[in-house]
Amino acid sequence: MAKRVGIEVSQAIAEAVKMANVDVVAAYPITPQTHIVEHLAQLVADGELDAAYIPVESEHSAMSACLGASAVGARTFTATAGQGLELMHEVLYVASSMRLPVVMTVANRALSAPLSVWCDHSDAMAIRDTGWIQIFAENGQEVIDEVLCAFRIAEDQRVLLPVIVYLDGFLLSHMIEPIYMPEQDEVDKFIPPYQHLLPLNPDKPVTMGAFAPPFIYSETKKAQEVNLTAAKEVILQCWDEFGNIFQRHYSPVDCYRAEDATVLLLTMGSFGETATVAIDKMRNECRNVGLVNLRLWRPFPFAEIRQAVSKAEVLIILDRALSFGGPAGPVCSEIKAALYNEDKKPKVISFVGGLGGRDITPDGFEQIINRGIEISQTGSKQEYEMYGVRE
Amino acid sequence: MTKPGDKMTWKDVEIGSIVTEPGSASQYQTGDWRSQRPSLNRKKCIRCGICYIFCPEGCITQNAEGYFESNLFYCKGCGTCACECPTQAITMEQEE
Repeated sequence: MAKRVGIEVSQAIAEAVKMANVDVVAAYPITPQTHIVEHLAQLVADGELDAAYIPVESEHSAMSACLGASAVGARTFTATAGQGLELMHEVLYVASSMRLPVVMTVANRALSAPLSVWCDHSDAMAIRDTGWIQIFAENGQEVIDEVLCAFRIAEDQRVLLPVIVYLDGFLLSHMIEPIYMPEQDEVDKFIPPYQHLLPLNPDKPVTMGAFAPPFIYSETKKAQEVNLTAAKEVILQCWDEFGNIFQRHYSPVDCYRAEDATVLLLTMGSFGETATVAIDKMRNECRNVGLVNLRLWRPFPFAEIRQAVSKAEVLIILDRALSFGGPAGPVCSEIKAALYNEDKKPKVISFVGGLGGRDITPDGFEQIINRGIEISQTGSKQEYEMYGVRE
Repeated sequence: MTKPGDKMTWKDVEIGSIVTEPGSASQYQTGDWRSQRPSLNRKKCIRCGICYIFCPEGCITQNAEGYFESNLFYCKGCGTCACECPTQAITMEQEE
């Protein structure tokens, strides 16, 4: 039976990675992710985790080292945030294209300049199209659960793709939460050993990352895209099985008091926890509002999103990142695109807020919902509004 | 390779585009990059082999009669052989 312990989420991630019996950790410390790799380094140094810990000179090298390790069949983990994720950028494409199931946690952090170590989703949005499976966690328990699922999903031979679990920097990474930590034997049973289909092996040599002329490159990309899209079924199966074993259930899209709601608020990450307080308050005042939380960011859950919002009249989307000069926040753009050809769809209102660690309180979510309803009736001159900016 | 690369569908692509057979560059027809082909005038050729030494592609070989010939499957038409030939026996001709 799992024990519930008070533990910092970053430390709990390191413990979960240890339980997953990872072989190689290559990482470079960067706030607010540092506690994760610091604790892993400690576990390796103390002999509690039998793994190679490679303290590399940059995040670009961290990801490159992970690729090499994964290619020979080692279970591989790294963690980063903000600028570090951007420095990894080009290597992220290589991981997904070569089908190397690296698992990474990203403690979301705003991008410079001005320098900010605090949370927003700009770092995640900049690497949206790198071909990784990407999951946004809402609270500490979910981070731990998703990290365990990430190894199983990534290494499934039908998938063999890298996975990122996003956790909001500081808001989750540095929070001490009561977390159910699983037993070692449960984890051993849940995550089978990793076997790549075509590993680097001197007895059976292969070439990874070869050159592809124009006559074959498109075929390789189509194969990659089909594989990532098909991974959704495996993700759903993994979450089902996780739910059966651990009694915590996950789905691509979560709905909270949303079934009969005419107005829906949609968020990602830790916003969802706070927003439920506002939804409860407004429901008590007989306001017909609900909350949708988007967990699976890639592969994008088109069917689940369409189903979740189909009955609403107004859908208010709060992005934690800005797409400069673009139509709206990046999450809102995608959901608008997913709904555009639907016969029945809500009016979609876009907000951007919570940038660079700015908190949004339950009162704030209530203001956003009220302003969203107002815009849906009167219209707005802007493509989106930024919440909480001093005018 | 089970199929030539330009006949493979996306379903034929190995996982992660991994290449499982070594030496595949030898099957790569760099000759179709060429816009000019080298032409040898045997009356001028002294069979010195300078073209063979300078060819950056390594695609020139000596035939039974001692003349040096370009393998047009690989020759990219760079013109180094024509430029280096001490008797101007090699000229570059436009590909049709």
